[in-house]
This record gives sequence, C-alpha cells and structure tokens, in this order.
Amino acid sequence: MTTQSLPRENVAANGGTDLMRRVLPWVIAVAVMLLVPWLFYNWNTGRHSGFVLTMMSEIGLMAIFALSFNMQMGQTGLLSFGHAILFGLGGYCTAHALNGVKAGTFWWPSELIPLIGGFGGLAFGIAFGWVATKQRATAFAMITMGLGELVAACALMFMGFFGGEGGISTDRVTNTSIFKLVYDLFGLDYRSLGINYSTPWQVYCLVVAWAVIATLLMRLQTQTPLGRIANATRDNFERVQFVGYDPARVRFYQFALSGFFAGIAGGLYCLVYEIITFDTVAAAKSATALLAAYIGGAGGFFGPILGTILVVLLQSGVSLLSNAWLLYVGVLFIVMVMYAPGGIIGIIAQHIPIVRIGRMSELIVPYIRVLLPGVLLVFGFVLLVELTSFTTIGAAQGKHFKIGIYVVDPNTFLPWTLGAAALVLGVVWLRLESRVFRRKWDALIEDAKAKGAML
Amino acid sequence: MELIIVSLLNGLVYGMLLFMLASGLTLILSMMGVLNFAHASAYMLGAYFAFTISQHIGFWPALILAPVLCGLVGAGIEMFGLRRVHKNGHIAELLFTFGLALIIEKVVQMTWGLIPVPYRVPAGLDFTLFKIYGTNFPAYRAFMLLISALMFGAIWLGLTRTRIGLVIQAALTHPEMVGALGHNVPKVFTGVFAAGTALAGLAGVIGGNYQVTEPAMAFTMGPIVFVVVVFGGLGSLSGCFIASLLMGMIQTFAVVLDYSLADLLKHFDVVVTSTTPFHEVLLVPLSRIGALLPYILLVLILVFRPRGLMGTREA
Repeated sequence: MTTQSLPRENVAANGGTDLMRRVLPWVIAVAVMLLVPWLFYNWNTGRHSGFVLTMMSEIGLMAIFALSFNMQMGQTGLLSFGHAILFGLGGYCTAHALNGVKAGTFWWPSELIPLIGGFGGLAFGIAFGWVATKQRATAFAMITMGLGELVAACALMFMGFFGGEGGISTDRVTNTSIFKLVYDLFGLDYRSLGINYSTPWQVYCLVVAWAVIATLLMRLQTQTPLGRIANATRDNFERVQFVGYDPARVRFYQFALSGFFAGIAGGLYCLVYEIITFDTVAAAKSATALLAAYIGGAGGFFGPILGTILVVLLQSGVSLLSNAWLLYVGVLFIVMVMYAPGGIIGIIAQHIPIVRIGRMSELIVPYIRVLLPGVLLVFGFVLLVELTSFTTIGAAQGKHFKIGIYVVDPNTFLPWTLGAAALVLGVVWLRLESRVFRRKWDALIEDAKAKGAML
Repeated sequence: MELIIVSLLNGLVYGMLLFMLASGLTLILSMMGVLNFAHASAYMLGAYFAFTISQHIGFWPALILAPVLCGLVGAGIEMFGLRRVHKNGHIAELLFTFGLALIIEKVVQMTWGLIPVPYRVPAGLDFTLFKIYGTNFPAYRAFMLLISALMFGAIWLGLTRTRIGLVIQAALTHPEMVGALGHNVPKVFTGVFAAGTALAGLAGVIGGNYQVTEPAMAFTMGPIVFVVVVFGGLGSLSGCFIASLLMGMIQTFAVVLDYSLADLLKHFDVVVTSTTPFHEVLLVPLSRIGALLPYILLVLILVFRPRGLMGTREA
C-alpha cells in the first residue's frame, strides 16, 4: 500500500539515468502547472482567466494542506478531525505578519511570507500535538475534533487575534520582494521588473514554487528515519515500543511537522485571498482535507494531490452548475471507503502487475463494458439529485432547470421516471457486468502471480 | 435561588435530551467499536420526519412513526454499509459514518430546504404547566422529561431484565463467546444499531421543536453527544447518564452566569484593563464561554483519563 523508495543499490549503480527518472516527473509537473493557465489566457485583452488562476492556486495550496494531513493519516495512522486549525492558525499568523510588514513594524521578504504561516502552524502544532498525541486511534480523532471545535468557537469569540466573523483582511503587496533587494544592490531600476505580487499570476507562481518546495520536503521526510518509524508506529505501535522507540513521541514529531506544512498552506491561502476568516479553522475545512486525502489514496504519497485536484475541480467547477457538489463528493467518498479503501492511487497501483505481464490491453473491452452501465447509473443519480435539489433550492433562486439547451420542467413525471429508470437499470446492469469483469480481473491477477509480477 | 431552580430544570430537560442521543451512541460504540458520526444525523432525520408526518397526520402518530423510520434507516445502514466496511477496520468505519453524515445533511438540505422548517410544539402541549418565581415552565418540557424518563426506564429494564438485554450485555464484552453459544451476533448488532438510531430519532422528534429544526442541527449536536459518550466512559450506560446530566447542567448554568476570570482576579486585587496582556481572554464572561466548556472537558478527560468517568476500557 505504501510507496516505498527504490532499493538503495539501484541508485548507486546507475546514478545518471536514475536521477533523470527521479527529477523528470517533478519537472513535468511544474511545467504543466505553469502552462495550464496559458490555455485559458485571453490573448485579445492580454489577461489571464481569473477563475482558472484562483482555482489552480486553490489546488496548489490545498494540495499542500492535504499532504500535510496525510503526514498524520497516511504516514502515521493518525486520523485527525481538526487538521484545519493548524492551517487556519498559520493563516492568521501570516495575516498579522503581513499587516506588520505593511505597516513597517518589521521587514520580511514577500517570497518568504508563507514561511511565517509555517512557523505559526509549527508552534500551534507543538502546542496541540503535545495534548493530542498522548493518545492514538479513536481517542486521537476525538481529541482533535474537540480541539477543532474549540478553536473554531474561539475564532468567533476573540476579536483581537481572529477578527470575529469579518476575519482579518490584509494587503499582499508589501514591496519587500527579494528581487527588489538584488536589484537595489546592483543599482538597477526595480520597477522595470514589475514583481510586486499584485496580480493573480504572480501570486500563482509563488504558490507553485511553494507547493513544489513543500511537496519535495514532505516527500523527503517520508524517507528520513523519523518518516520510517512513523510508518512503523502506524502499522504496529507495540513492536515499535519493543524496538525501543516511544510511539507517542514519534506521533508528536509527525504532528508538529505536519502543522508546519499546514501552516505554509494557510499562509498561501492568506496571500491568495488577502483575507482570512473563521471558516479556515472550521470543521468543513478539516473535512475537505480528509476527503481529498482519502479519495486520492492515503496509502501512497501522491494520492492526496490527485484527491485535491478532483475535489477542488468538483468544488469550483460543479458548484457553478449545481448546488449539490458536496453531495457528489460525499457519495464519491463513501463509494471509495466501501469499494476502494486505497483511493485512486490504490486503484492505479493494483493495475501495475497486469501492466508488467503486458496484458493490460485485454482489460480495455471489459472496462468499456463496465463503463456503459456506470455512465447510465451516474446519469440517473445526477438527474435525480439535481431534480430534487432544484425543487427545493434552485427554484427559490429563480433559475431554470436545463440539460444542454433543453429546459426541463421538474414538476412533470417524465424526468423523474427517466432518472429513476436509468439509476435502477444502471445498478442491475452494472452488477451483471462487474461479475464478468471480476472473472477477467482474477484470471489476469492469477497469471501475474504465476509470473511473479506481484509487488 | 430562583436562578438555580429554573436552570436546574432546564439543565435536566437538556441533559435528558442528550441522554436519549448518547445512550444509543454509547451502546453502538461499546458493542461494535464504531464511533457513529451519523448518529446526530438520525436525530436530525427524526426531527424532519416528525415535521412532515405531523403536517399530514399529526404529532402523536409522528412520535411513533418517525423513530420507526429512523430505525429502519439505521438497520439499512448497518446491513448494507457498515457490515461491508467492517473488514477494513475501525478507521474505515469511522470514515464511512462521517461520509454518511455529510450526505444526510446534503439530502436534508435538498429535500426540506436550507432554512429552518416551522416544526412547532403540538397545540395540545403548548401551555404553561406551572410558574416558579415568575418564570413559566412550559408543559412541553415536562413532556420531554416524561418521555426521556420512560425511555431511560425502558432501556434499563430491557438491558438488565430481559433475555435479549442479557445477550446484548454479553455481546458488549465477549462477542465471540456469544456467537459460539449459538446467538446470531450480526443480527444483534443490526438490532442494536437500529434501536440506537430509533432512539436518536425519538430524541429528534421531541427535541426538534424544543430547539430549531434546520440542516445544521446534526453538526451542532453531534460533537456534544460525542463529548457525553467519551466523558461518561465506554460501555457504561450509567456513566453516560451522569455525563449527560452534567453536560446539560454545565451548558445551562454557564449561560446564566455572567462572571469572567477578571472578576475572579479582582478578589486578588488585580484589575484587568484593556492594556493587560490577554485581557480579551480574561474579560470574556462565562456565559459566552459556555459553548466551549464541553470541548475543554473532552480534551482534558481524553488526555488524563481516557476511559472516561465510569468506563471499563479506554476509548
């Protein structure tokens, strides 16, 4: 289930190509992140699409947040229901620091602003971690839930630090860029460079940079002795005790470190939105991290990133069309918990043995046969959900129910029966097809086992 | 004196309401090890079902029908969902119920709308029972007390005096042995889960019009019920009872007491002004902190006494 590093001998044997293989995915990821906004660039007005940039920034910072959550859940086996407090408190620290820099109280380079959030998150991670990590499993989950509710309630109560319901608003344009420092040093005109983080594009670049740094650090952390012993405490904490480690202390270190990264994400949030409100510490934010990490796959390191992309796309894309995006995410989550506890990354990993024996192409037809009833099922479900949601929420907002260009009247029988029929038919058909699929799948896995291609 | 008696009565009403929710949850938790996040959702469903039923048939049928419906929903959840997830461990079960709670909230929003529904106290019970020191005590609160007391009695008798109760008690601690003796333990699990959900539904029926029936009610009630269950201790119905009443009292008393830490410090000749460090924390009156107290208690008890007040084993 867990992603393991390559065997050490391998690295030594073919250093050059191996380094390429290790670095290349990161380079590709950065290139994709930097290129995608240009697909939505409006060449006529010479402007980036604000919606796309905000969404991609959200993906970047939420990916850090979900990864930091997974440092607890996936790596250490600690299920937290209050992870957002570290994110939010990091954000609040950043907001106050930004206001301080803006007012000239102290100097701090713009590029390193998220680091303040990180230190804030680390400090609160140490404080809360000291309390929470004395316990594990369900008791830990309960403590974090209690702490989460506590901080969320405090956020509305104490005006000085949290700013009440209005939150703390800031201005990210502090004119303290590192580039300014360098330009001043060489006596160049800094203004010609134009980097002051006033435009969404510049902030997005900053988010990308920090997302890569944070992801890289977290990835490396999984390979340190601490990261390894954290995996061991997750798998069998009693044995870890026998070996001579203190699981509570390992949990504490992991908790505090994940607080650091959650704080960085919070700091980026503060930079992107220039306001930080109490909903950054609220339970819903913690739930988002949990959903993203689990849907993507808590077992593999990169799972939460996949999950975040999916959840944020649903959140920003589907929420434009439908009121029920959270329902879809919730249903997806439940389906994952029930049928694919390894998440998306787990599903992908299960295919590796079949790819190794070179028989992946035999799965194409069975997949198409499962896909058809699957699409029917989803269509029926979505239609029913949207109809229900429309009759209570949408109608009150004075909208029309449209599929493409066709206006559908939800007060007639037809769309409801259509939805229900598609749903029922899809379920029955899928059950039949999944049996066929299962048989083919088992045969292929048997073959893979026989050829020794299993991990 | 007036304050104390009125608050005591209100605390008792609220505490008993909490107990109706917590008793089902504690049975489920101690028997199946499942921390059921969707328990408070059953409370919400109970309130909404009762609202709809009472619009069409009336409040009294709703008092029976809504909990039955909730029980059926619970049985369905256990048989088709939880049992399947069970093999993946406790964390998976926890996550399953968590996702369920999210879905139920959305479904409720979609079916009954985002704003609170006008679920009111039935006309037959909408009068003042008696007056204490000029404060009215509504008959409906007495009715709530009556229902919850009856329920408490029924649970207690059922668990200690009936055969099924004995099997349940045995299955709490020794599920394998109970199975070996020829009892259908999964069926007992389903039964307990359904009964617990039905109880939560009943709490929703009588609590929905006492408080507000809105889509957020599950997520405001849920954590407090957890606090009660953990505070009372796993596997202990009496601990759960004490914790419920305690939590009810704490919440109602905290609302009426208007003291802050600064008032306490005055006795030691320390005057808190707006320049004192942490003056905001020191000046907040207890009435505003009231909502925080359960969580502070939760964190404290889990850190220092994880088995809870009267629990037999650790959470």
